[in-house]
Parts: sequence; structure tokens; C-alpha cells
Amino acid sequence: MKGNAVVEIRNAGKRYKRFSMNDVSLDVKEGLITGLIGANGAGKSTLIKLVMGMLLPDAGDIRVFGESVATREIEIKERIGYVADECHFYEHLTIGAMKSIYAPFYKQWDETVFAKYLDRFELSPKAKIRSLSKGMKMKLSLAFALSHRADLLIMDEPTAGLDPVFRRELLDILAELRLDERKSILFSTHITTDLDRIADYIAFLDRGKLVFNESREKIFERYALVKAERELLDEDVRKAFVGIRETTAGFEALTDDRPSAERLFSGYARIERPTLEEIMFFTAKGAARHGH
Amino acid sequence: MGIVYIIYIYIRYKVAVMRVNIILSNASEEPIYGQIVRQIRQAILNGELSPGQSLPSIRQLAKDLQISVITTKRAYEELEKERLIDSVVGKGSFVSGANPQFIREQRLRMLESKLMEVVQECRSLQMPLEELVDHIRLLYDEREEHER
Repeated sequence: MKGNAVVEIRNAGKRYKRFSMNDVSLDVKEGLITGLIGANGAGKSTLIKLVMGMLLPDAGDIRVFGESVATREIEIKERIGYVADECHFYEHLTIGAMKSIYAPFYKQWDETVFAKYLDRFELSPKAKIRSLSKGMKMKLSLAFALSHRADLLIMDEPTAGLDPVFRRELLDILAELRLDERKSILFSTHITTDLDRIADYIAFLDRGKLVFNESREKIFERYALVKAERELLDEDVRKAFVGIRETTAGFEALTDDRPSAERLFSGYARIERPTLEEIMFFTAKGAARHGH
Repeated sequence: MGIVYIIYIYIRYKVAVMRVNIILSNASEEPIYGQIVRQIRQAILNGELSPGQSLPSIRQLAKDLQISVITTKRAYEELEKERLIDSVVGKGSFVSGANPQFIREQRLRMLESKLMEVVQECRSLQMPLEELVDHIRLLYDEREEHER
């Protein structure tokens, strides 16, 4: 695909007492869906807040639409639709009243589109925000984020706490937006099954470090799950794996070099396509074993 | 995992509405782009899709199947390489005008070169022909079972 980046993160770092993000560089490509995955505490929210200019990096550079977030915040924010991980609306207001406060911030606010989404999500403008369920609040956030002709949709854990039916509907909405090749989407999730198929790029954070940011196609070409008897595991074989899980019955291990694994183990082991969840699990396990 | 998603795709070509079923399996070891290539190829070779008919855009197909646009793009590129479809910038992708006989011949030639590779590998493993034939028979039957 064309390589235009709408978000460029270069060597970004952020330090806290108990968590630090180091030297993260990644691009979010135009016209594509990029999924940000990682365990709780891996740094997904920190990264998103850095892109949103809600946090400032201690090191590195972050550009959105080619401009620095720090200096061109208003222009950039006009073009971003943002869905936070928590409801940030005034709970005591109705949806309609909240909209009257929210809409004037955006030059490109589109009343018709907003009404269309409320209708689609079965939300009444008269409903008090406080009375909405968690899932409905998320739908409301999404309706707001999608109603000012944003070019980039950024969502922090939008699927957490949602039922499977709406999770699928959300994926539909994302694919619908993606019909327009100028719209880009970045969303974080720890429910990786949401991303297994629809994401174009997947960025994987583990303990504040970027493990990869690659196309879904490449990831599944590169990674393989090897399952075999324990006798096969000598020191050299161990080193070839990203992470290993041993049981009394045998072992399962993840490799990031599928062609070599096929050469080495063909006939001795089952070689399967891992899920994103398995890639996450074994990578975290391997990192713990190597002691970083 | 293990769920088979069945998605019907409606391909609109001017007045005629053409329907092709693409069924993707998450449980399959076959990559998704391969599953798409196989099913569209099948539809073209057995005449469900005829020359000149337009295919959904890569973004539309990705939406309908809820998959990556990089995956659908790759599938179309593969079909282009096999000369089964043509893509015209700004207009989309169409079933190629090449005649089915030609397409079949092309595929047979591809098959032949793959078989050549297999034969060479067998020779280097010093596997007798009978064993190879048995192997192939086994795989062929398995595959049939699988498709049923």
C-alpha cells in the first residue's frame, strides 16, 4: 500500500516511577487500520496520549499529519476523532445538551452525520448520559468522534466491556470508514481477536517497548507455533524460539522465523499459524525468561 | 477460532447483479488471501463470473469480509499474475477477457513446474516413484474428504 504516514513517532520515550517507555518509533499509515496490542500496562494508553498531545514525551518526536502536536494542536485536533477509554462527558447532561457544548469546538461538525449515528446506535438525544450503560457510552463517544469529518480516528480500548455483537458492529463501522482511502484508524485493544482479521497493521508493545509494527500479512508469514515432544528441546533449539511453554505432554513454542522452523522441524513437529494472542503470550514469556 | 464465517458478496455489474460466495475459515491453515484467490479463481474457471464483469474494489471486499485491505490487495495481485483478472487504475478490477482454455493451459503449466520441483526433491531423497504416487494418492483423498 502507499506509504504515507499520518502519525510518525520517532524514538519516543516517557518515564514514570514504575513504568518507562523507551525508544518507540512507529508510523500509522494513511488509509489503513492500525491495531495497537499489548498486555495491560504495556504502554498502549501512554502511546495514544502522546499522540493526542495529552502527555509530552521526555524524549523523541511525534508528528501528526506532518506537524508537531505541541505547536499545531488545534489544527491537528480538528482532524482527529478521539474515543477515550473512559467516558469523558458531563454525566448530568442529556446527549443533546452535551452536543451543544461539544459541537462548536469543531469547524466541520456535521449535524446530519451525528443524528445518523445516534439513530444507528439507538441513542435518544433526550437520554441523560448518566443513565447510559458502559456500551452505550462508548457508542456515544464514537458518534461524537465520527461527526466532524475527522481524517484520523484514534480509539483507546474501545472494545473493552462491549458485548460481542457490538464489537462486530464496531469492526463494520471501521471497515466502512476505511472505504475512503484518506481515512486512517489507530486503536488499541487487549482483546486481540478483534484484530485478528480486520487490522492492516499491528503494532505490538511489550513493557514499554515496540516488538513490531508490521502488516498482518507479514506477521502471519513470519511467526509460527511449533508443537512437539520435549526430547526435541536442546539448548540450541531453545535459543531459536521467542518463547516456550513446556508441559508434561510436550512443548509449544513460538518462532519468528517460520521458514527456518519448517526446514528444521518438518516431520518432527506440528507447525501451526499462531493467533495474535499466542504471539503476545509467548513474547511476554520469552522476555521474562531472557530477563528484561 | 474454528468458526466459519459465511459471507455473501454481491458483485454489481451495471444491471446484472452477480453473486459470488466467498467463505473464509479462520481454522484453516491456508492463508486468507489464498482462500480468496482459490474461490474467485474457481468462480472464473467454472463460468460463474464471466469476462468483463467487475469485481468489488479491494476496500469494498475488505469491508464485506471484515479483513485487511492488504490481504484483499494481495489476493487481487495474485489473480492478476495468473491473468485471471485485470486492474485498471481508477476503474477497478475486472474478470479478464482471456479465454478459459488459455487459463486452464496456464494453470496446467504452473502445475507442471510444481510437479517438477516435487520430482526433483523425491530424487534427491531417493524416494521411489511408487512411494511418491502413494503419497499423492493419500493427500488427494484427504483433500477431497476435507472439501466435502
